[in-house]
Amino acid sequence: MNPLKQYLDLYRENRETIEQSSTPVLNALRTNALTVLEKEGSRLPGKCDEGYEKTAVDEMFAPDYGVNINGVKLPVDPSLTFKCDVPSVSTLLALVVGDTFIPTRTLLNNLPAGVTVTSLADASRTMPETVEKFLGKIANEDEAGVALNSLLVRDGLMVHVAEGVKAEKPIQIVNIFNTPVPTMAVRRVLVVAEENSSVKLLFCDHTQRDDTDYLDSQVIEVAVEAGAEVDICDIEESSPRTHRFSQLFTKQGNDSKLKVTGVTLVNGETRNNFTVKVEGNGCDTRLDGMAIGKASQSIDNRTYLLHASDHCSSNQLFKYVLDDSSRGAFEGLIEVAKGARFNEAYQSNRNILASKAARMHTKPQLLIYNDDVKCSHGATTGQLDERAIFYMQQRGIPQNEARTMLMQAFMVDIIEKVSIEGLSDRLRHLVERRFRGEDALCGDCSASCTPVTKKDNL
Amino acid sequence: MSEQLLKVNNLHASIDGKEILKGINLTINRGEVHAIMGPNGSGKSTLSSVLAGDPRFTVTEGSVDFHGMDLLSLNPEDRSHEGLFLSFQYPVEIPGVSMVNFMRAAVNAKRKYFNQPALTAGEFLKMMRVKREVVELDNKLASRSVNEGFSGGEKKRNEIFQMAVLEPCLSILDETDSGLDIDALRVVAGGVNKLKTPENSAIVITHYQRLLDYIKPDFVHVLYKGRIVKTGGPELALELEERGYDWIKQEIGEGE
Amino acid sequence: MSKEEVKIDDVVGHDDEYKYGFVTDIDTEIIPPGLSEEVVRLISKKKGEPEWMLDFRLKAYRYWLTLPVPRWAHLDIPEIDFQAISYYAAPTKKEGPKSLDEVDPELLKTFDRLGIPLEEQKALSGMAVDAVMDSVSVKTTHRTLLAEKGIIFCSISEAIKEYPDLVKKYLGSVVSYRDNFYAALNSAVFSDGSFVYIPKGVRCPMELSTYFRINASGTGQFERTLIVADDDAYVSYLEGCTAPSRDENQLHAAIVEIVVENRAEVKYSTVQNWYAGDKEGRGGVYNFVTKRGLCRGDFSKLSWTQVETGSAITWKYPSCVLAGEGSVGEFYSVAVTKNRQQADTGTKMIHTGKNSRSTIVSKGISAGHSQNSYRGLVKVAPNAEGVRNYTQCDSLLLGSNCGAHTFPYIDVMNDSAVVEHEATTSKISEEQLFYCNQRGIPTEEAVGLIVNGYAKEVMNKLPMEFAVEAQRLLSLTLEGSVG
Repeated sequence: MNPLKQYLDLYRENRETIEQSSTPVLNALRTNALTVLEKEGSRLPGKCDEGYEKTAVDEMFAPDYGVNINGVKLPVDPSLTFKCDVPSVSTLLALVVGDTFIPTRTLLNNLPAGVTVTSLADASRTMPETVEKFLGKIANEDEAGVALNSLLVRDGLMVHVAEGVKAEKPIQIVNIFNTPVPTMAVRRVLVVAEENSSVKLLFCDHTQRDDTDYLDSQVIEVAVEAGAEVDICDIEESSPRTHRFSQLFTKQGNDSKLKVTGVTLVNGETRNNFTVKVEGNGCDTRLDGMAIGKASQSIDNRTYLLHASDHCSSNQLFKYVLDDSSRGAFEGLIEVAKGARFNEAYQSNRNILASKAARMHTKPQLLIYNDDVKCSHGATTGQLDERAIFYMQQRGIPQNEARTMLMQAFMVDIIEKVSIEGLSDRLRHLVERRFRGEDALCGDCSASCTPVTKKDNL
Repeated sequence: MSEQLLKVNNLHASIDGKEILKGINLTINRGEVHAIMGPNGSGKSTLSSVLAGDPRFTVTEGSVDFHGMDLLSLNPEDRSHEGLFLSFQYPVEIPGVSMVNFMRAAVNAKRKYFNQPALTAGEFLKMMRVKREVVELDNKLASRSVNEGFSGGEKKRNEIFQMAVLEPCLSILDETDSGLDIDALRVVAGGVNKLKTPENSAIVITHYQRLLDYIKPDFVHVLYKGRIVKTGGPELALELEERGYDWIKQEIGEGE
Repeated sequence: MSKEEVKIDDVVGHDDEYKYGFVTDIDTEIIPPGLSEEVVRLISKKKGEPEWMLDFRLKAYRYWLTLPVPRWAHLDIPEIDFQAISYYAAPTKKEGPKSLDEVDPELLKTFDRLGIPLEEQKALSGMAVDAVMDSVSVKTTHRTLLAEKGIIFCSISEAIKEYPDLVKKYLGSVVSYRDNFYAALNSAVFSDGSFVYIPKGVRCPMELSTYFRINASGTGQFERTLIVADDDAYVSYLEGCTAPSRDENQLHAAIVEIVVENRAEVKYSTVQNWYAGDKEGRGGVYNFVTKRGLCRGDFSKLSWTQVETGSAITWKYPSCVLAGEGSVGEFYSVAVTKNRQQADTGTKMIHTGKNSRSTIVSKGISAGHSQNSYRGLVKVAPNAEGVRNYTQCDSLLLGSNCGAHTFPYIDVMNDSAVVEHEATTSKISEEQLFYCNQRGIPTEEAVGLIVNGYAKEVMNKLPMEFAVEAQRLLSLTLEGSVG
């Protein structure tokens, strides 16, 4: 059965409720979404579809998940049990539970002028023109995966940085799953960095209980306007029963800079799509990813990087270490459009298989329609360097320790490229613990991140 | 004083089914320096690799006693803890692992082996500083990845620096002189000499006399086709320098 | 925009002459266009085939009917009307030619003109040739000499009659008729091609070569080649092809199957020079080919080398199934596209044998308005320990209207594998061009020089007899288009 049907039925039956608990700007997306999804043959991508050979998104959506269409306040207040796992990083923190935005006092008290971090619903009331200008304009609303998100989305997050404003402190958004029943979060994020502004964002995905199935369906739209700089780091530390289908879409204006780092430390099944369109001239884009797979984790990253303008450069580096029977997939496509001149685009995918049963599937691709380019991609899949292991053993370092050190070292170049202050160190620590088999959850955190309730906020 | 440190008895070893060592016998007492010379491909580097426990090689026969322990039954890291140090002919580059982390892991693994508490960061850094002086190693190298981007001379100095830190009782220097200019050679040899005590010993594997001008051997062995075919004093090295190896081949009935 | 660039674009516009574009005026028997079970039976009957062969064809035909036309390649393929093609065309003759006297002199002249003399006394020493015109084999040279060594080299039609056991054993064993759309079509209607069998322990003393020629209009060519190298055998096999210049598109859908037994080695070299169509993309051959070798034996080796300059559309992935322990697969390719040509070519290396190794070197050169894609698969099966693969694919762009694309698929299911893929795409180096200019070499010529240097790694893999021809062809192709 086409798993779309249950969601279409859900929508049709609850159309009024959904629309009432949302806002006109968000509701406006639903008309097109419904047309797309009701089209003959419309379906979520599955294993037969090019580019989805290793992750069946349709199957991901097939189970009967609860969707919080009414905006019901969730029974557990996760903010009480949640402690931030990145204590060495000084950020402005907000929580998103399911799709509900809950800011902390630190955030509210310290947001610099010109920086808005709020729920998408709030934003569509306070800055409707801006939301309308960008929401649904960067993502490809004609893809079934995006349309489904638009159809069911009730709320989400908006980050807006006004022209010329440099937000010094990173903004941290922690997405939390903590419900006693299988739940699907339909999340929508809009990030707008107006001209010559800059902002750093840290997304952390946490699942607080590992006895329930969750599905995280998110669409992130990022507008980097001319001369702006956006830096996004997205860390997933969910649970073996969390499924994630994340679709990031970005567009870049002239002379802008964008950096995205995707990190998967603990998960169940993850599919991340990064659709990066470089439309302005003189842009710089960096797209990195790191995945550590254990048990039967599955991590699938897909990048599409389009150069449609002149004098831009892009760099991509994705690294995987796969242990046990984990599965990794990387598909990266660089396209240089006709007439796009003087571009340099590089992509590299390096993988280590650390066990017999681990699998890696790699598909780097180049589509080049112009001769004024320098493009390359490389992919390697191999093992840890046996000579290095022996060298370390000769110096007295036990073999297991040596392996752990080498795996960690393998990830160093990605960790070091993270520019949020303190985060590199924290990531190094998390990765080390991950390789040592201690799942990186936030037990040892001493920072206090007391959130304010929704009521206080209003 | 002549307490036995290492006794190699009829050691045979092979790689990919090909026998390289064909019955090595060698005894080294505490405080002695032994030089092992021989033409290319005679098995010199294999001997050092096998003693250190390189998994590429298979020992097919023989035994090795290392201050009362069965060396061949130990894994490579325990051989290291027990005091065997190999200065690699080609030190391995390990991108992403900093020298500091690498050495701290090595030092603390050894301490753990002897049930000693790990060094604090302060103690460790102080030790590194002291040991660095032995080989005049640049402080900068400590923050770099292990051997990555080091020049030939820096790599060899780094090997001796690690030897200074780990304080082995048996050091095997596998062609430590190869690729060194004369100044670097003096520094490296000077480091080795500074670390010399009446309690520890060294095996110096080399092609040339010139290293032995700095590190004076008590015994010189000639390894040929997987066996030690001749043993003598320091004068043997001089003779080899002058006459090459052909006369030895003749002596053992193989001359052309 | 620099001066050099303008020049390159100018040069790319050139329409070169395709010297093989002539038509031979010869009586040809052509069956009416269209494909049906009747046509399949007719082909089989005309060739006087045994019942089992007809069954094979019919099974393939019925399966073909169930398949959709494949669309996954990065190609823009116009709708092909499979009922508008004639599936059998043969120069009229009494029986299969046994001696030269019986071969139509017009045919001999044709092959002479193509540089393939068929008279024994004139024949290229060191190379035995099977000449195939349209649907039938015209002549195979040096057969007696080869027979002395126990080597069978003949047309596949003859082999079906004379060596039915060998053919039955191997035909379809590497490329099943169920493999893909064009493989099914070929299996149903294939007309002729070569059969090679090298017995145990025999090193074939000369290069074996098949020369394919499309002559008749409105026809397709569906040849089938089967090469078997038994234990410890060695053979180097060359394939060449040309077609007249016509405004229509002609379909060429071939199958090449190779079986390599224990410690045997097969080198397969192709210089593909089918008519590519004119400057505007009118006419040209659609070259949809399935080529695959099975390295069944331990320590067997199969090496593909291809120089692709012709065809309007190329869809071709010479592949190796590396099943034997320590077996080796190699793929070396130069693909040049210009004008409106499209090529989607590459290889598949399927590693199922322990310690099997493969090397892929692909050099794409695109000019004019052409699209040139590399598509490759490297797959390591779960039980294949110690597999090594190295892939390098480079693309060179000449002019701003062409495209160069790379689609490697890498599937590793064993942790002991080391798989490396590197690809680069760039335009021709302006520094190199300027350096040549400064030394007085005109841009046109400099581009030719640089491109030849760029392709050298692959050209060097061709056998001597072919290398000269291929180099000439490459510079000829580029002369028209670049320099």
